[in-house]
Amino acid sequence: MTIGIVVFPGSNCDHDVEHVIGRVCGAKTRFLWHKETSLEGISAVVLPGGFSYGDYLRCGAIARVSPIMEEVRRFARQGRPVVGICNGFQVLVEAGILPGALVRNASLNFICRPVSLRVERTDSPYTTGYLERQVVNFPIAHADGNFQADAETLRRLEGEGRVAFRYCAPDGRVDPAANPNGSLGNIAGIFGTTRNVLGLMPHPERNAEGALGDASGRPFFAGLLNHLAEVTA
Amino acid sequence: MSMEPAVTQELAAEYGLTGEEYERARRIVGRDLTWTELGIFSVMWSEHCSYKSSRVHLKRLPTTGPQVVLGPGENAGAVDIGDGLCAVFKMESHNHPSFIEPFQGAATGVGGILRDVFTMGARPVALLNSLRFGPLSRPKNRYLFSRVVAGIAHYGNCVGVPTVGGEVYFNDIYNQNCLVNAMCVGIARSDRLFLGQAKGVGNPVMYVGAKTGRDGIHGATMASEEFGENDEKRPTVQVGDPFTEKLLIEACMELMAGDYIEGIQDMGAAGLTSSSCEMASRAGTGVEMNLDLIPCREEGMTPYEMMLSESQERMLLVARPGYEGKVREIFEKWDLEAAVVGRVTDDGMLRLLFQGRTVAEIPAHPLAEEAPRYERPMAVPDYLDALQGFDPYSLAEPKDMGAVLKALLASPTIASKEWVYRQYDHMVQVNTVVAPGSDAAVLRIRKDGEDTGRYLALTTDCNSRYVMLNPYTGAALTVAECARNVVASGARPLGITDCMNFASPERPEVMWQFAMAVEGITDACVALDTPVVSGNVSLYNETLGLGIYPTPTIGMVGLIENGRQPVTADFKDDGDIIVLVGTTNDDLGGSEYLAVWHSRELGIPPQLDLAMARRTNDAVLRLMDTGCVKSCHDAAEGGLAVTLAESAIAGGIGCQVGLDSRGVLRRDAVLFAESPSRFVLTVAPANRDIMAETLGESGVPFAEIGWVRGDRVQMGIDRKLTVDVSLAELAAAWRDAIPRALEGGNTP
Repeated sequence: MTIGIVVFPGSNCDHDVEHVIGRVCGAKTRFLWHKETSLEGISAVVLPGGFSYGDYLRCGAIARVSPIMEEVRRFARQGRPVVGICNGFQVLVEAGILPGALVRNASLNFICRPVSLRVERTDSPYTTGYLERQVVNFPIAHADGNFQADAETLRRLEGEGRVAFRYCAPDGRVDPAANPNGSLGNIAGIFGTTRNVLGLMPHPERNAEGALGDASGRPFFAGLLNHLAEVTA
Repeated sequence: MSMEPAVTQELAAEYGLTGEEYERARRIVGRDLTWTELGIFSVMWSEHCSYKSSRVHLKRLPTTGPQVVLGPGENAGAVDIGDGLCAVFKMESHNHPSFIEPFQGAATGVGGILRDVFTMGARPVALLNSLRFGPLSRPKNRYLFSRVVAGIAHYGNCVGVPTVGGEVYFNDIYNQNCLVNAMCVGIARSDRLFLGQAKGVGNPVMYVGAKTGRDGIHGATMASEEFGENDEKRPTVQVGDPFTEKLLIEACMELMAGDYIEGIQDMGAAGLTSSSCEMASRAGTGVEMNLDLIPCREEGMTPYEMMLSESQERMLLVARPGYEGKVREIFEKWDLEAAVVGRVTDDGMLRLLFQGRTVAEIPAHPLAEEAPRYERPMAVPDYLDALQGFDPYSLAEPKDMGAVLKALLASPTIASKEWVYRQYDHMVQVNTVVAPGSDAAVLRIRKDGEDTGRYLALTTDCNSRYVMLNPYTGAALTVAECARNVVASGARPLGITDCMNFASPERPEVMWQFAMAVEGITDACVALDTPVVSGNVSLYNETLGLGIYPTPTIGMVGLIENGRQPVTADFKDDGDIIVLVGTTNDDLGGSEYLAVWHSRELGIPPQLDLAMARRTNDAVLRLMDTGCVKSCHDAAEGGLAVTLAESAIAGGIGCQVGLDSRGVLRRDAVLFAESPSRFVLTVAPANRDIMAETLGESGVPFAEIGWVRGDRVQMGIDRKLTVDVSLAELAAAWRDAIPRALEGGNTP
């Protein structure tokens, strides 16, 4: 079982994700250079955070045409786990693998801070380690994390239970005051048409160890590894 | 090349060389200078590159110690942090470009200091910034402040190096000259440091990174002059590309994991010129380059332009023979330029060829090292007697001390800097254990990914008002405060980098300030065992004859080890005992209280007993070793009252304290005096005895002054309640001050 971590030029959370999956959770990882064209031997794909190609155009707009993205698309269609964190979420949206758009934060500024999230579903490869409606703390660090979608897309996302995480108050209340960036419905993360694909703006890898916080990001990765172990068993 | 002007003394003067300097340059080359050579001398011998006014003083700084892995002289210095690792760090100014174009000026300041660190083979793990602006009541200052912060965020966030700390001060004196000092800290294996040396005659000299353009030509010369009235200097400011820098970091790390190169240096100020001649000079060799091979962004660039361009994100390296292909392969993978542009020679010359002709031929060592050194005249400024003669007790004592406390918390220099650090990614690389907002930032140290159980504590500081009022004491106080910040976090101070921001060295009183400040830093560093391992000097921070306060910014690195855990400033639990370590004296001179409440910046700064400072730091660390310290905060600007309020706000819990005037202090001094060598710490009631015993043995003064309790901040003096304000009210004043000021509202 090997977790593939895609490295675009400008990815900067690749080593953090590798540290958490590889060292903290003890799984095998492999960096996948964006020019690679095969995912052979890979059990799950992580698109990490960063500034792919500097994000001088719309975030993720260039990374989406990197050679590896065709393979990632195929991999996702096969129902296998693909998760995009922060810039990785932006890339998945730009690639059309996830719906909607991530636009400039309502404050217009880059925001780096811890936020509380409510876990909306526990029946995905990433969230089995949580209780339904559990509050977790993953930090955010982005300038363009304001999730927007047309009314029809939003209705479908909500109706099909594809909202994975919502920004909330520490007690779990989802209200506008707990929305850091203006996202519709306080949406912090969404699933694809099937729940093997996930995109989220907050960084679970930044709170996966006791030294850095309450480690509520660790079950995110441990859950994925458990899921993969069960699938292969 | 027929367009090149003939070089005369008059032309040299236009390029900033004095008659004497021009003659010296001619003597070094043994003939008239070519135009390209004139350009090279003018940048290398600029104040910015040659330190010609400051060197005679800087050589007094202490630079050695068992913890020093590498002292000044290379691109950055290094101290030992255990496990065969070292912290590589340096601070540098980007004041002039940031005032001209704040976004790019600040961004490229960050880019430059990053390169100084990773060129040594260290992966950058943290950035800090020390900023000075005029008050936010002026629109221009709001523009400079917000654009500098945006520029730092733009660059640091994109390269994936966390911006973990720093400070911001506001004062009228910076209206026409803002200060932007950036510090970078990296971690390297001590046995794998890379130096900027052109070793091995015949070895290939390679250019890697971004292409060379026409930007930033004469940036170093610009930074060696004061500003006039209507100068158009924007073209001398470079444009940063953090994406390319990120690629450059990764490519260099990949390159340095192997044994492919002899030496490497970034192209900072004076670009290709300084990197080539300094590398040759350090190795005692020469460098010959064929400028036809330099990767250029624009067509038709002349040798002069190529040698003086300060285009960003470029490095010069000397490869081991036979490894040119390997270097090229790594850089091409990262879509970066890599070209062999010359070779190392044995004749000690910097020789430049272009279109089959030799366009410059200068002995490299004299060019790099034999710029004239000036012992510029010094004089005690006449302002001092009047300012120092002031007696703060001649001012009426305020009636409502709670209102004073609130005003101090809302003064932008003391107020929360959350608006700033919210915009910086301070968590990337997953090492940030104590985020911005405490006394020092704390990062865990990993080796090959594995926790070492050790932590770095990082801080920057400078109270320039103190330095103005007494340069010797003020500079020593700055070092001492950095040490307290680091100690309050649980770390032993290891070493410093200094960034000396001063006005024009051609004014004798500025040179006197400089010399006295160096003296103060020297004595404090010796007493506190924090050698200077790197530094930078920025002079000519003055406009139309008005200079800044002398601002010797200090960046300090400390180490938490032996199982000691990081400590933060916030109060933790109801009932914890609050202890004041150290003694409060009537040190109101130069205080924030005088400036904010009485609008006066005068008096004598606090007297600093360096032996007591050291003893107090050691005592606090010993107490921390017992594991009983729950919070610790150093007392600085705003005095004891602000220190207590800050710990209360950060912890979200109030306090009740009783203070003592000892029959000699006025109430304003008890609350707001900025006496050094003081800490406010808390322990659980169960640990009272161990606290008293440990501090008692150390022989430093300490007193239990109260409890963590409730939702108000209450302070009594001589059993009389003097301050009684709700925590929520103080927190709002402290939190909202900067956002409100930026909305264009009134600043206190």
